[in-house]
Amino acid sequence: MSDIEKPVLEIRNLKIEATSYPPGEAPQDITIVEGVSLTLAKGKVMGLIGESGAGKSTIGLSSMAYGRGGVRITGGEVLVNGVDILKGGAGALRKLRGKTVTYVSQSAAASFNPARKLMDQVIETSLAMGVARSEAEARAVALFEKLGLPSPKTIGSRYPHQVSGGQLQRVMTAMALCPQPELVVFDEPTTALDVTTQIDVLAAIKEAIRDTGVGALYITHDLAVVAQVSDEIMVLRHGHMVEHGTAQRIIHDPQEDYTRDLVSVRQVNHAEKPAVGEAVLKINDISARYSGLKFDVLKQVSVELTAGQTLAVVGESGSGKSTLARVITGLLPPNGGSIEFCGRTLSPALKGRSKDDLRELQMIYQMADTAMNPRQTVASIIGRPLEFYFGLKGAAKRKRVQELLDEIELGEGFADRYPAELSGGQKQRVCIARALAAKPKLIICDEVTSALDPLVADGILKLLLNLQKEEGVAYLFITHDLATVKAIADKIAVMYRGKVVRYGNREEVLSPPFDDYTDLLLSSVPEMRLGWLEEVIAHRKMDAGGE
Amino acid sequence: MIKSIIGHPVVLLVAHRIAMGLLLLFAASLLIFAGTQILPGDVAQSILGQSATPQALANLRAELGLNEPAVTRYISWLVGALHGDLGTALTNGQDIADAMGRRLGNTLFLAGCAAIIAVPLALTLGLVSVRYQGRWPDKVISAVTLASVSVPEFLLGYIVMFIMAVRLHAFPSVSTVYDSMSLLERLNAIALPVTVLVLVVLGHMMRMTRAAILNVMQSAYIETAELKGMRPFRIIWRHALPNAIAPVVNVVMLNLAYLVVGVVVVEVVFVYPGMGQYLVDHVAKRDVPVVQACGLVFAAVYIGLNMIADVVSILANPRLRHPK
Repeated sequence: MSDIEKPVLEIRNLKIEATSYPPGEAPQDITIVEGVSLTLAKGKVMGLIGESGAGKSTIGLSSMAYGRGGVRITGGEVLVNGVDILKGGAGALRKLRGKTVTYVSQSAAASFNPARKLMDQVIETSLAMGVARSEAEARAVALFEKLGLPSPKTIGSRYPHQVSGGQLQRVMTAMALCPQPELVVFDEPTTALDVTTQIDVLAAIKEAIRDTGVGALYITHDLAVVAQVSDEIMVLRHGHMVEHGTAQRIIHDPQEDYTRDLVSVRQVNHAEKPAVGEAVLKINDISARYSGLKFDVLKQVSVELTAGQTLAVVGESGSGKSTLARVITGLLPPNGGSIEFCGRTLSPALKGRSKDDLRELQMIYQMADTAMNPRQTVASIIGRPLEFYFGLKGAAKRKRVQELLDEIELGEGFADRYPAELSGGQKQRVCIARALAAKPKLIICDEVTSALDPLVADGILKLLLNLQKEEGVAYLFITHDLATVKAIADKIAVMYRGKVVRYGNREEVLSPPFDDYTDLLLSSVPEMRLGWLEEVIAHRKMDAGGE
Repeated sequence: MIKSIIGHPVVLLVAHRIAMGLLLLFAASLLIFAGTQILPGDVAQSILGQSATPQALANLRAELGLNEPAVTRYISWLVGALHGDLGTALTNGQDIADAMGRRLGNTLFLAGCAAIIAVPLALTLGLVSVRYQGRWPDKVISAVTLASVSVPEFLLGYIVMFIMAVRLHAFPSVSTVYDSMSLLERLNAIALPVTVLVLVVLGHMMRMTRAAILNVMQSAYIETAELKGMRPFRIIWRHALPNAIAPVVNVVMLNLAYLVVGVVVVEVVFVYPGMGQYLVDHVAKRDVPVVQACGLVFAAVYIGLNMIADVVSILANPRLRHPK
């Protein structure tokens, strides 16, 4: 049998375990991955997809015989070019890692050593393999060029903090390809990027994979993304394989219920509600800047929100959308403009606001984890605003807490639990209940579904819509995710570099003719069909050529 | 070109640190002066003794300028110190700058020798214990350094003296040095106090190096280096250490300052003619100008070394060195 026919990666009946340390109990071994097998031919791309906890990153790293934290590979075989790497010693692994198999992580910003120049890090393994420095640098520059990095000849002399996140992700891809490996593990390489940046990086990665003929494991939670780059897709859940097939078949003809759920996610929808009644929030010409900055991060922003409506503020990182929330809540007094809330003008600074101002304006955060005191029970977390704003105590408080828990669809037993005993979605529900407890007129939701898996996020959105129907509360919904916007918004404000570039009712904003930025933003959202990436790229090239 | 250098944020930060250091030194001089003013006792009385006549005391006070207001005396002292004139010792009339110069040289020689051994040794031991974290080399290094830090230095001094000088006769127990000694003779003379000083500062520096590097070892870029198949020592040396420089330099400088300022006990134990002994002698005699001068020099060394640590920390930060 010749070398060419041997698969670059073959995993047989993999079993991976870790030790968990539950508080107050004896440590116990838990199985993270069990019974997973896969075969990857040379030059092919396999997508590993699943929600958090599916074990996809763990499987990816097993192809380098690496376990994060206390994770151990306890069973099965991992064959790279036909050799079981689990049986090799530390020396053999050093020859494998970074040379035969390389890794691209989710956060390139954290994965580069801040104290060393990019070039030194990109060519480090090549030098260790005995390649001459000039040769290695030439390879790196060629890769920088292929990946579409600006000034490929000099970018290597920069430090990681001197280039943008999207560029860093491409440099990391170059670092993985530089030693000319046979397999690259891409672990959510575009997840941390803005959607308009993601599309370029995705295209660059796809082209690099094709041109170098390297095999790849592409790990992501986003089926639409993996559909663009993979030949085959494996769906994972709770460490087990759910389904495996060609990308074509998984997307267009999923067999398992779970896969169907993933493919058809974003079922949440509602009819746009017309603006009736009084305005809850009127923001007039707000400008704001952080001390020490020489420019405004918000430039004359004006938006309006009616009772019972949802205004989605959408934009990429740095667009000023979270700053807007800080201004409305009084954490950052603006340097111009005014905020009207329920017909009265709000004091710009938090100190000048009345207790009713505070009560009627609540907030839910992206990280439910850090927004709750880990040493308080759910009952005392939700009970705190009841006591603070309404003076409820004892049985009355307990009763109201129970009502709120019913509203967020969590049962009786949750009142005495601690945050650590809740799942991500349940934590966010508790945060919603805490906001509702104050009987607010307006809730600011800052990326509340961004840290959640799609199916869980959908549940949260449904809950928010139901609560709105019942309580008539208005939402200012800050997000970077256009699918969420489409699902929940009545009105939309598109922000770009501190300005509102497009504002109006949902149908208006999402219908052509578009301004340039909104067009770019909307067309960058990955669609769940094969060939979408090529179409968009070709379309953009044509546009650029036509000008 | 010059403008761009002056405008560079690092230059501004460094200039700021140096300015703060000078301000601190000024404040320290105020404190030292004020502190010696509120000491009980009368210099004139202690010079002339109990049997002195009131007239003689008054004359001496006028001669020493003790009747001037405190502010005037402070200013003339500070101006003198800035010109290198630290005044004359009350007890023997010697020029303090002269007398202290030789003593300071001796102290710096002792501290320098200790530093040359202790700093590289502490860093190496720190790196080794990170490499073998939780295994026997780490545990042995931790136990030994912890023990040497925990023993009071005068006791450590006598233990070392007992073993090395009394039992083994390897080195002299008293570290007397003369001007006429050769370098080798001097090194032989100070071998024991250097050993004690190394043992005293080693543990602190080694443990901080270990902690600082272990902290960095949690970073994602260390995992990247592991997944690149780098050797463990290379990962520690090339990827972890450069990011741990700031805390390591800070603790190294603190210990260097301690070597200069804190050697008093060790100098006394080994009868070494350094600053420490000089200070102790003159405190006993209530020789205020000498005590003030010693305090000022110690403060300058301390502040100066910490200022260097601050500046190195700034320069070690690539974000400050290479702004966007």
